[in-house]
Amino acid sequence: MTATPANPQVLETMSKLFVSLPHCATLGFQYLGTEGRRPVLKVEWREDLVGNPASGTIHGGVITSLVDTTSAVSVTACLPDFETIATLDLRIDYLKAATPGKAIYCRAECYRLASQIAFTRAVCYHDDPADPIAHGVATFMRESSRASMLQEPKP
Amino acid sequence: MSDFMEKLATLRDAKDFTGLIDAIPYARLMGVEMLEDEAGELLFQLPFAERNVGNTVLPALHGGLIGGFLENAALLHLIWHRESLEAPKIVDFSLDYLRSGRPQTLFARCEITKQGKRVAHVLIEAWQEDRRKPVAVARAHFLLTQ
Repeated sequence: MTATPANPQVLETMSKLFVSLPHCATLGFQYLGTEGRRPVLKVEWREDLVGNPASGTIHGGVITSLVDTTSAVSVTACLPDFETIATLDLRIDYLKAATPGKAIYCRAECYRLASQIAFTRAVCYHDDPADPIAHGVATFMRESSRASMLQEPKP
Repeated sequence: MSDFMEKLATLRDAKDFTGLIDAIPYARLMGVEMLEDEAGELLFQLPFAERNVGNTVLPALHGGLIGGFLENAALLHLIWHRESLEAPKIVDFSLDYLRSGRPQTLFARCEITKQGKRVAHVLIEAWQEDRRKPVAVARAHFLLTQ
């Protein structure tokens, strides 16, 4: 049995919001959809995202942002209602170098939603999640702010 | 040793901080700056830019961006202090977020806790207006041999 999002409206709204945040838009993150409760995001290889011009490898920081964002979306797939979440900690294992020129995908899942903390794990890959470039685990604080992330910024 | 590391070493020896940052496309995109303080310690700074925001309501810097900034700082700090010109390769990176990053300059300082034959351990701390109130602390392992 495949679990479905706890609240599809929350997932749809928050996934759109998260990839549209200025930093994610700068990196060109795309939300590809969610299988069960596991969202997939994509970032295209781009010259200005490179960390080592000799090899053309994407900077690890881009992977960190991709894991953070995809993991946050995976939490929203488990939330019964809208709430603000914030990353508490994050660990990335770089399993092998990313291939220059190829898009990177990230798939995340929230494997435990506790009353105050959400626990996530994620993999980054090119073609096959079973052949990952990086693995990430993170925790998120729930109800991290009373200010909704959905509000329009104050002028 | 690659041409790239040779270039970085030349920039390092000339203390060309802008040149070093410009050599790393993603560091340039973030807007990273690098300098030496009065004590000769390396200091990294990231002036606030709208494109680095991750929460438009608070507003706050994106957590992933803070991670990228710290990871990049650790790598450059290590290259700066190493004699070898092999490019260190990041193995893992662990980051604790302590406060939200406000729309201000973010600073970071690194410390090489251990530099072994094969692996280096680097601690990184980030703060904004008050050094005693860190925004994030992180540590990274780098592989030093190919």
